[in-house]
Amino acid sequence: MNNYNNTMRRLGRQTFDFPGCPVITSTGSVVGEKEGKGPLANYFDLILEEDMFGEKTWEKAESKMLKEAMLLAAKKSGKKPEDIDVMLCGDLLNQLMSCSFTARDLQIPFLGLYGACSAMCESLLIASTLIDGGYANSALAAASSHYCTAERQFRMPLEHGNQRPPAAQWTVTAAGAAIVQKNEAKEKTGPQVCIRRATMGRVMDAGITDTHQMGAAMAPAAVDTLCTHFQDTGTKPDDYDAILTGDMGFIGKQIVIDLMRKKGYDITPVYDDCGVLMYFKEKQDVHSGGSGCGCSASVFCGKIFRDMMNGKLKKVILMSTGALMTTQSSQQGESIPGIAHAVSMEVM
Amino acid sequence: MDYFWAFLIGGIICVIGQILMDTTRLTAPRILVIFVVTGAVLQGLNLYQPLVDLAGTGATVPLPGFGYSLAKGAISGAKDGFLDAVMGGVKSTAAGVATAIAFGYVIALIFNPKSKR
Amino acid sequence: MKEKLETEKEAQKKDQRKQKAKEYENYVKGFTPKPAYFSNSLKAFFVGGAICAAALWIQNLLTGGGMKETDAKTAVTLILICTAQLLTGIGVFDTIAKFAGAGCIVPITGFANSMVAPAIEFKKEGLVLGVGSKLFSLAGPVLVCGISVSVVIGILYWMLG
Repeated sequence: MNNYNNTMRRLGRQTFDFPGCPVITSTGSVVGEKEGKGPLANYFDLILEEDMFGEKTWEKAESKMLKEAMLLAAKKSGKKPEDIDVMLCGDLLNQLMSCSFTARDLQIPFLGLYGACSAMCESLLIASTLIDGGYANSALAAASSHYCTAERQFRMPLEHGNQRPPAAQWTVTAAGAAIVQKNEAKEKTGPQVCIRRATMGRVMDAGITDTHQMGAAMAPAAVDTLCTHFQDTGTKPDDYDAILTGDMGFIGKQIVIDLMRKKGYDITPVYDDCGVLMYFKEKQDVHSGGSGCGCSASVFCGKIFRDMMNGKLKKVILMSTGALMTTQSSQQGESIPGIAHAVSMEVM
Repeated sequence: MDYFWAFLIGGIICVIGQILMDTTRLTAPRILVIFVVTGAVLQGLNLYQPLVDLAGTGATVPLPGFGYSLAKGAISGAKDGFLDAVMGGVKSTAAGVATAIAFGYVIALIFNPKSKR
Repeated sequence: MKEKLETEKEAQKKDQRKQKAKEYENYVKGFTPKPAYFSNSLKAFFVGGAICAAALWIQNLLTGGGMKETDAKTAVTLILICTAQLLTGIGVFDTIAKFAGAGCIVPITGFANSMVAPAIEFKKEGLVLGVGSKLFSLAGPVLVCGISVSVVIGILYWMLG
């Protein structure tokens, strides 16, 4: 029984170490029409011609996007849904509607995760843990969001006449899925993207109550998780080729850079944000950039994973950030709690 | 001259709304409520009528004008007794409210929302 | 005594948290671009003014055609409401509102839009609990507050004779 203690795989209080180095074998990404006109268009597997995706409701469209992304990822690894041991995913809707309904179709054992926009890293973290712990050989980690479903749940109706303030962010219509597998060294043929470590975040609340200031609300959580990751793993920003946050947006990105500088880390040379990368700021009129679970999911599964496989990037930290408010909590005057989970990956 | 005053007063009321939207965190529904209640209260104190006399549609088309009609109906109903005082506001705005509800329902049945680009 | 001390400590903590939140909010403000106050107000002024002037023009047309002035005023309101709702239906109103802001939200057109917009979106949830109830999700508060105030004013006037 005590064997487990001897192989404690935790660094510090929040960071997991994965000595088995689980491999991300393939990814799939599906994005909406607007995202398909952004700077990353060439990186995505599938761009929708219209955001309804041939379905009757926005929610069904989001489920279909998620399913497509998962099937694409599975296909690239030469797997069928029944070959996959566990499916971990999250979205923004009540009761994880998109994920649950996708899981209903795919019939893969399913754990639904709610971490708001931090879902992608949360699912990668748990997938790696299950695989490295010997509980699964292959796992599907995914996340999705849709502008129209999120807007309807959290903000104003689509056709309502209103002006977005400069700090507002645009919920990304996108889904990303990654197949994580046990590292079988003998099968190695080329470069592999391995998950080395992951840090669970703590919920941080800096007291922001304005629901349009999502970047500012999440920045303290991002900074806390990133600093903890550096401390627990004994690394520094220079050790990485890229550090990516999920959806801080243009405003949040500047705040993260500034707060990190105050903590003694200069991350500017390697740091960027998925919400910033997703759109052309002026041309697409997205104010402070993209947000949503699908933002970090699709940017990672589309661009970052490819860049790693092509040898452009070697060591990367992906840190999805989430704002854990509800429509009720903000109406009750509560401030917005933020969370961030970090996953560090390396090409081996 | 009528057109000038309608344009000017209507424009100014909208600018007040815009400044409220830009400088405070008030959402559109809250602003609508504030305007309607303000119009009604002003008319209750008999202060909105002069503006209507001056600007016509410039004062009645913006939402304070809705509040104004509500209050005006109630005040004139009050002369005929308690029940008319209670009914007056709704009565005087009934046409607009009924149309907005019925036509709005029909529109919602016909059209579908579109995603933003 | 001990309890009192603890509640005091609690209150102090709360104050500190508030203070920190305030500081952070100000810090964040430094990173946030300001809305274009002047050009937004200018757009609101011209669009709002134009809607009111157009209303007057329609009213004059109707009275010129032999309609009673009180009827014409009501008809103008109805025309504005129907136009705004139709524009909402075909998906143009939100584009205009993005440009004009309060210029088309503050006139009765904004009220009309706020009824249709949520209703249209909840069509798939059914004709009763979807469309039927969502017609009032934004406009309801306006009607509730407006009508309540009018009832209070009516009763006050009745009491004061």
